[in-house]
Amino acid sequence: MHIPDGFLSHSINASTFVVSAGACAYAVKRVNQTFGEKEVPLMGVTAAFIFAAQMLNFPVAGGTSGHFLGAVFSSVLLGPWASLIILTIVLVVQCLGFADGGLTAIGSNIFNMGVIGALGGYSVFYILYTLFRKSQKGFFIALAVSSWLSIVMSAAAAAIELALSGTSPFMIALPAMAGVHAIIGIGEAIITTTAVSLILKTRPDLVGTYVKKGVLREKPA
Amino acid sequence: MKNQRKGWIWMGLGIALLLALFLSPFASSSPDGLERVAEMKGFKDKGESWALWLYAPLRDYAISWVKNEKVSTALSGLIGTLAVFFIALGFSKLLKKR
Repeated sequence: MHIPDGFLSHSINASTFVVSAGACAYAVKRVNQTFGEKEVPLMGVTAAFIFAAQMLNFPVAGGTSGHFLGAVFSSVLLGPWASLIILTIVLVVQCLGFADGGLTAIGSNIFNMGVIGALGGYSVFYILYTLFRKSQKGFFIALAVSSWLSIVMSAAAAAIELALSGTSPFMIALPAMAGVHAIIGIGEAIITTTAVSLILKTRPDLVGTYVKKGVLREKPA
Repeated sequence: MKNQRKGWIWMGLGIALLLALFLSPFASSSPDGLERVAEMKGFKDKGESWALWLYAPLRDYAISWVKNEKVSTALSGLIGTLAVFFIALGFSKLLKKR
């Protein structure tokens, strides 16, 4: 759901840019306090994987396609703040290098997919995981639900921006955007849970938020 | 032992590069969720493409001088994945706690 130039008004793009820049600045501060030896290469690999996977559009109903976002995926590995930075890097490279997503809309795209997708998606994950008392089953349920919801929430944010920009009325844009992305989100949930469970099987220490034997490996934000 | 512990880095990067090289040329080219909504609800024409964008090095995930479409997509995906890897790696090195 990379928004191109021209869909959103300048005031909306400017507002989301300010919020996104602020969130990124705070993310830099947070990551600076927690990153160690292991996290450095993991951030590179995760970002590379997300970029590659975002190229793989899969078909969904009615001649539409969708692709992986990876906001909850990277949040579960490295925490939501590192995830925001990863998505920002991916979005900037896509915009400047590949003309994917508008230059004036970069703030809105980072806001929708990074701030809402990663910070919002991770919050949902964390609340659900805690409600399930950090059981293994609860981890995967929280993972599936929050990755699905991260896509729907991003799409809803985009719909609100489209409505505020006068591009498409709210009552039309919201159901359309949320409806299509409710289907794309199923793909997101499948890819996220599959990828995370594969990593848990091979290198569980790379999944920073996963709790084993009641010991929290990394303090979640 | 140390090398073994770090094997996952090459594994992970390798998986990403393989996805970009061998799967991206076969990805669906149907409009994505937002493009479809824009078509249906009639605001697709509002999209602008900047003159400056003609200079984006790999515009629309293609290399202009590579004729074969699939090869062009695969190579641009490979370049992008490597670029993102090194940018994120460099960035996280800067961010590491000292």
